[in-house]
Amino acid sequence: MADLQALREKLGVELAESSFRDNLRVDVAAERIFDVLSYLKSEAGFDMLVDLTAVDYLEYEGATDRFGVVYLLLNVASGERLMVRTAVNLPDPRLPSVYSLWRGSDWMEREVFDMFGIVFEGHPDLRRILMPEEFAAFPLRKDYPLKGRGERHNFPVITRAGS
Amino acid sequence: MAVGLPENIFLTKLDAAANWARSNSLWPMPFATACCGIELMATAASRHDLARFGAEVMRFSPRQCDLLIVAGRVVMKMLPVLQRIWMQMPEPKWCISMGACACSGGVFDTYAVVQGVDRFIPVDMYVPGCPPRPEQLLAAVIDMQEKVRRTGTILGREFDVRDTPSGPTPFDSDERYRIQDANLVQLGGFSAAAVSSGVRGAKGHG
Repeated sequence: MADLQALREKLGVELAESSFRDNLRVDVAAERIFDVLSYLKSEAGFDMLVDLTAVDYLEYEGATDRFGVVYLLLNVASGERLMVRTAVNLPDPRLPSVYSLWRGSDWMEREVFDMFGIVFEGHPDLRRILMPEEFAAFPLRKDYPLKGRGERHNFPVITRAGS
Repeated sequence: MAVGLPENIFLTKLDAAANWARSNSLWPMPFATACCGIELMATAASRHDLARFGAEVMRFSPRQCDLLIVAGRVVMKMLPVLQRIWMQMPEPKWCISMGACACSGGVFDTYAVVQGVDRFIPVDMYVPGCPPRPEQLLAAVIDMQEKVRRTGTILGREFDVRDTPSGPTPFDSDERYRIQDANLVQLGGFSAAAVSSGVRGAKGHG
């Protein structure tokens, strides 16, 4: 098991611990997320970032924050897994990029930015990855309509005579 | 016949001769983006054998093709590519929209998926199915040949009269309401002007 007590003492950070079945989950404040992840990588051996994704908790029962950002870590040597969660809010959801820790976070952070509009500071190339560049909305936010706002049909029409 | 012709000469119209040649050597451009593409491959393979109808020459360059087969869903990021490929194909050219997604968006009624390619490019033949069986695509190719034979002219005059879009309007009424809502909340970037310039009647390839 990851020594979370040592992490608490060393960084002086508040960690809310919980577990579901055999998943260990840790909630960290957004300001300390980089320190915690950095420690987990260098000291606790979590050398692989399996996934980085986000959840929109709009209208979710009991939720206090708008977005949850989830880091799934894996210690390749021991097989141990850890879920690190943090929360960001509108109007300016921002997090430090973990690109300097795990190169694999490059496209995952771009995807989270593309879908949720969460900005990762320090990311070398934070562009949209799935949607077209000129797309203006963040489609996985819960207040975005499933059928979009007309973006899918905003194209010129080619007629037979004109082509 | 009053005029004595040698045995190996027959009289016909240029249009009919061109149609005969064109209809029996349709060169498809496979625009396969999803599972319909697999059925398209099966159609071309030995069991169903598209070659029986002279349409086996799948070219992966639009410059060499005259039959665009849109097989699969087209997302909004892909649509400009599809339109570009259509524009790159030389005349005369035709288009088959294969499968529910290409025809109408199918089950993918989401923000990213175009609800039918016929909203943005001209379509000659629709193949229903999800995905259609190879027999259905073969039937479409045979119908396409029939259409070429019946309507084709050597200079492609039949295309000139098709100067209005034949598909549904790009924006359905409920889509218009969502655009209005979006403009009310002032999202920025995607402006009302950009929307209205994309409505039906806009010509050419912007």
